Amino acid sequence: MRFFEYESRAIVAKAGIPVTRHGFAKTPEEVRTIAAEIGGPVVIKSQVLTGGRMKAGGVQFADTPEEAEGHARHVLELEIGGHMPRGVLVDSKAAVKHEYYAGVVWDGIRKRPVMLFSDMGGIDIEEVAEQHPDHVARMHFSTLRPFADWQAKQLIASLGVSGSALSRLTPILARLARLFLDYDMTLAEINPLGQLDDGSFVALDAHMDMENEARPRQKALLHELGVGDEETRQAREPTPFELAGEQVDAQDHRGVAGNVTEFDGNLGLVIGAGGGSLTLFDAVRAHGGDPANYCEIGGNPSVRKAKGLAKLVLSKPGVDKIAVMMSIVSNTRVDIVARGVIKACVELGFDPAEKITIFRIPGAWEEEGFKILERYGVDYADRSVSLHEAARRAVEKIQGTGASNGAGDGFRQTTGDVGAETDV
Amino acid sequence: MSILLDENTTFIVQGITGREAVNLTRECLDYGKGAKIVGGVTPGRLGRDVHGVPVFDTVAQAVEHHGGPIDGSVVTVPPAFTKDAVFEALENDVKLVVIVTERIPRGDVAEMVELAAERGARIIGPNCLGIIVPDVIKMGGIGGPAKDAAKSYRPGPVGVISRSGGMTTEMSSTLSAAGLGQSTAVSIGGDAIIGSTYAELMPLFEADEETQAIVIYTEPGGRMEAELARWVTENNSRLPIVAFMAGRFMDEMPGMSFGHAGTIVEGKEDTASEKIARLAEAGIVVAEEISEIPTIVKEKMGARV
Repeated sequence: MRFFEYESRAIVAKAGIPVTRHGFAKTPEEVRTIAAEIGGPVVIKSQVLTGGRMKAGGVQFADTPEEAEGHARHVLELEIGGHMPRGVLVDSKAAVKHEYYAGVVWDGIRKRPVMLFSDMGGIDIEEVAEQHPDHVARMHFSTLRPFADWQAKQLIASLGVSGSALSRLTPILARLARLFLDYDMTLAEINPLGQLDDGSFVALDAHMDMENEARPRQKALLHELGVGDEETRQAREPTPFELAGEQVDAQDHRGVAGNVTEFDGNLGLVIGAGGGSLTLFDAVRAHGGDPANYCEIGGNPSVRKAKGLAKLVLSKPGVDKIAVMMSIVSNTRVDIVARGVIKACVELGFDPAEKITIFRIPGAWEEEGFKILERYGVDYADRSVSLHEAARRAVEKIQGTGASNGAGDGFRQTTGDVGAETDV
Repeated sequence: MSILLDENTTFIVQGITGREAVNLTRECLDYGKGAKIVGGVTPGRLGRDVHGVPVFDTVAQAVEHHGGPIDGSVVTVPPAFTKDAVFEALENDVKLVVIVTERIPRGDVAEMVELAAERGARIIGPNCLGIIVPDVIKMGGIGGPAKDAAKSYRPGPVGVISRSGGMTTEMSSTLSAAGLGQSTAVSIGGDAIIGSTYAELMPLFEADEETQAIVIYTEPGGRMEAELARWVTENNSRLPIVAFMAGRFMDEMPGMSFGHAGTIVEGKEDTASEKIARLAEAGIVVAEEISEIPTIVKEKMGARV
């Protein structure tokens, strides 16, 4: 999960790394007050979780509190890359002599964190690495042993940085390495790391990304920063449909029936598991299909959750039919998913045979599952039908129905009697 | 032969009294020649048994009861306790640790991997279903109950390595149906940092006489396909490799993660299209559909004979 710049600053400061005087504001009036407290020229920076702020006009300079307030009025209303700012950061404009870069990321191949340091800060590090490779130093470090100052010193000195800059940079980089591990970051970056006219160093901008999986154990920090549990901080804000998917999955702790992502097609997908969903989504599109959603079933969810997910997808505006497909299941029971999707159709007044283009889930308890599907006349396939072939059939069926078939035409009495349906 | 496991491999299940672990234990005992599960560990449950497997409080007790070193451990404890459980196994001389648990923060995984390297041990996973040697032994939930696993996996010449547990079975089943059995199939896990990557398992398959070809399942995110491409190029491997790449749609959605935690596209090199290009450069065929894989494998194997 990404942090806003003002939060990243707080994290950096908490780790003992100097930052410029700054404040976070949500109104132009607050901006004026903070600017007056700081005194002197300030920078107003839009707080959005996306890049390109400078280009979009989300960063403005002001010499007086009045000017700052005026800029804030504009910046607070400015949408950047589809994001409205959460507020603005009011930062004192520092007299910077030189800009450095310091960052830590994971290296999945070496399976260790790697620290990067450059004496060419202020620009994208990947660009520096490409164009001036001799200005970027890298060092992998252990997660088992505590990070030592000499490691930071050695990295900095490898670029020829000496004198007081070396001794002043060393604790900053060491603290950055420690905070990366202490707070389960996937990215901890200070860019630029500015050297001021008096020779001291400050973090002028920081970018922090925390691993989602670590959120439960980083509650104290998140609480301190005021980040709520409901804030997903994904690359894109969740839609109401996706949030409804999360609620379905949260009904009980058995398995997964969720991870829903909204698309705008007409073929609803009830698919799984992790790799199977990726494969099937590609397969539907490769055959010219237009998925209404992505989702994942796995880990043997309850009938209730499978039903809830299918209902959600079936009720999505624009969805004509659904395809229920998974790679061969070993843990999730075929019959449970079959019951769930049939119940969903029946409870919504749809004929399962009409609404379900294909049911392709082979594996554990498949005989029981196939029996249920047969009873409702649902077209199903076993493992002899490949994932791509199943996807092709689903697309063929939905395209065969024509565009005029909306949700209304699905209201047809099923052949089964109502009594039997309730205990599907 | 096989890699990593054979019929004599002994292992324990850590977290054995959990619901999924109980099932997994049954499955492994029933499959093939019957796994030698010499104990289970759940703190506070000493003296119980799970399908006849004695339960201990500590790994040390299990080792003592067994009367000698134990080869492996399947770790199924919750994410907050996984690191400790894995450290316990490693410090008790377990040399092969299969971590089933998902949602473990990377920092913990890195520590486990680092300690394993220091102890000369290997980790498979996390977020994986384990290892199977068809008709001989399985270690983990891979393939499911013994009768289901028997439907999908057959002995034969293909080594399978997959970032998705379910797709390990899907691809193996497709191979089996076409008459191509598997020497060993390994579900390596779907996380950003895992104990054993494709390139790290390749030398084992390379040394295994039975293995004549490799089939891999890959996804966007991370650099391990590039690492494999490099390994293949540098080592002049005797084994033809056929790959399948899922999640091509993710290239249009940078910063989003689908399917597995490790799939997030953070840079250009992480994308499906870039990986396909890398693999192709190294002579690895990337199949468009899984159903094409057996034909390509047969062609490639034929070409080498």
